[in-house]
Amino acid sequence: MIAWDRVTIAYPGAARPAVEGVSLGAARGALTAVVGPNGSGKSTLVRALLRRVPTRAGCVRVEGADVTGLSQRDLATRVAVVVQREEPAFPMRAIEYVALGRAPHAGAWGGDARGAHAVREAAAMAGVEDLLERRTDELSGGEWQRIRLARAIAQECNAIVLDEPTTFLDIAHEMAAFELLAGLARRGRAVLAVSHQLNLVSRFADRVVLLHRGTVAADGTPDEVMRASVLEAVYQWPLVVSRDPAVGAPTLVPLRRPTHHP
Amino acid sequence: MLVLVAVLGAAALVALAVGPVAIAPAELWRVLAGGADPVTRAIVLDVRAPRVALAVLVGASLGLSGGVLQGALRNPLAEPYLLGVSGGAAVGAVVVVSMGGTDPSLLALAAFGGGLAAVVVVIWVARASGFQADARVLLMAGVVVGAFANAVIMVLLAGAPAEAARGALWWMMGSLGAAEWRDVARLGLVLALAGPLLLHWARDLDALALGHDAAAALGVSPERAGRQLYLVASLLAAGTVAAAGLVGFVGLLVPHVARALAGARHRAILAVSSIAGATLVVGADLAARTVRAPSELPLGAVTAVIGVPFFLSLLRRMR
Repeated sequence: MIAWDRVTIAYPGAARPAVEGVSLGAARGALTAVVGPNGSGKSTLVRALLRRVPTRAGCVRVEGADVTGLSQRDLATRVAVVVQREEPAFPMRAIEYVALGRAPHAGAWGGDARGAHAVREAAAMAGVEDLLERRTDELSGGEWQRIRLARAIAQECNAIVLDEPTTFLDIAHEMAAFELLAGLARRGRAVLAVSHQLNLVSRFADRVVLLHRGTVAADGTPDEVMRASVLEAVYQWPLVVSRDPAVGAPTLVPLRRPTHHP
Repeated sequence: MLVLVAVLGAAALVALAVGPVAIAPAELWRVLAGGADPVTRAIVLDVRAPRVALAVLVGASLGLSGGVLQGALRNPLAEPYLLGVSGGAAVGAVVVVSMGGTDPSLLALAAFGGGLAAVVVVIWVARASGFQADARVLLMAGVVVGAFANAVIMVLLAGAPAEAARGALWWMMGSLGAAEWRDVARLGLVLALAGPLLLHWARDLDALALGHDAAAALGVSPERAGRQLYLVASLLAAGTVAAAGLVGFVGLLVPHVARALAGARHRAILAVSSIAGATLVVGADLAARTVRAPSELPLGAVTAVIGVPFFLSLLRRMR
């Protein structure tokens, strides 16, 4: 569905490429998670998908088509992306924001037969119906995240990509968000989430891609990727991986560094 | 929306009736219906009507242009006159004035050319700043080009004869005193070209207001859309400067009023903004020519005097 094929991206003036020769895919019907330390290139891959950074080598394909050959609008009808940060320059009602997800589908002068229905449906799925009349500048960080998720669902694409969708969410909303993403995947969409929440990822994702300094350090099922030796090397921090008592998914426990008294 | 159009219509009728020679409503109606005596007809149709029509066009253009620029640059302070256009246009006009030129058409052409040159420089700088050229670069380049233009104007005026300096100053404060049907036709043409284009692109503004990455996710190429909108909105503003000099504050104030009235969708904001802008300038010009008649107040100052208290009260009520 979405495939990054040996992608190399270098920002102007940077000493090394932000990502180098990265290949990964997000298949339909699966929740794919991209994890890795800060600066490992996760968001750069998302921005390359949106054509916000040029690739030096390789390409990003959506449904087989190179994104650089698609119009920006075509791309937005195939993949719904929730970028890491966005803020309306002028506050609007939440429902108006969610309805922006319909923009790629609207006719030249705004005709969109499914629009209102899709917006209500997306709001129901994301559990934000009670927030729709609120102003975007009055939402909490977590409410805003959920509204943004609703916007992406309203876009009704076969693929959905989210850059850190659970930032600012409490435990219950974090779980609910991942349940929702897994549910979208079960219903046949390709779902890709960039996340720092390794323990959630290991419970929900079908596939985990671990990035390290712009390259793929590990790629496989949560069991294959969530190994202490791999994670310790990438995150440069002592940790143990155990099993969560409820469902037996691998669970990461970072350790405190022993204090040295020289 | 209908209410706004009605208010604009009423303001225009009042502006046609009021002046050194007051015209009764019944008489005004006879003129508009094609009757009345020749003197009254001449006052209404040759003196006041072009002035009112130009006020409508100037106000609508500035409201529209300001609404577009605030959305495209994601900045509530953006307005055509802050962004170099007015400065460039003023330089163009002042160059002509200081060389002794007085032909209104030449002046308008020079102003438009100066505004265009400023826009081209700003976009050229923004493009050169690289792939990530963003709203901030356009904004900063615009402000700096405007400041440069002001410096050039001061240098030009310092050496100009007093009469030329006074003419240039009056022009820089904005005036519809010299309005003729020719000016109305020129600005009408510019607005007829730019207006539908900007309204058509209004949906891109909705996405652009979220930031560049988010706009891209919604199917808008942010840099390209931003530059297109900036270019057309600025040319529209340059057209108003050529027609009426610098009528400040309309492009800043009116879009905020429109946003309070029309919600978040830019197509509605822009429509309301142009009607409200037209109403403000018609009212301000009426005040400019009647408050201290027979002498006139500078239009740009009147729009500010009316607009500032209104704007401040709006800010106070904004949450």
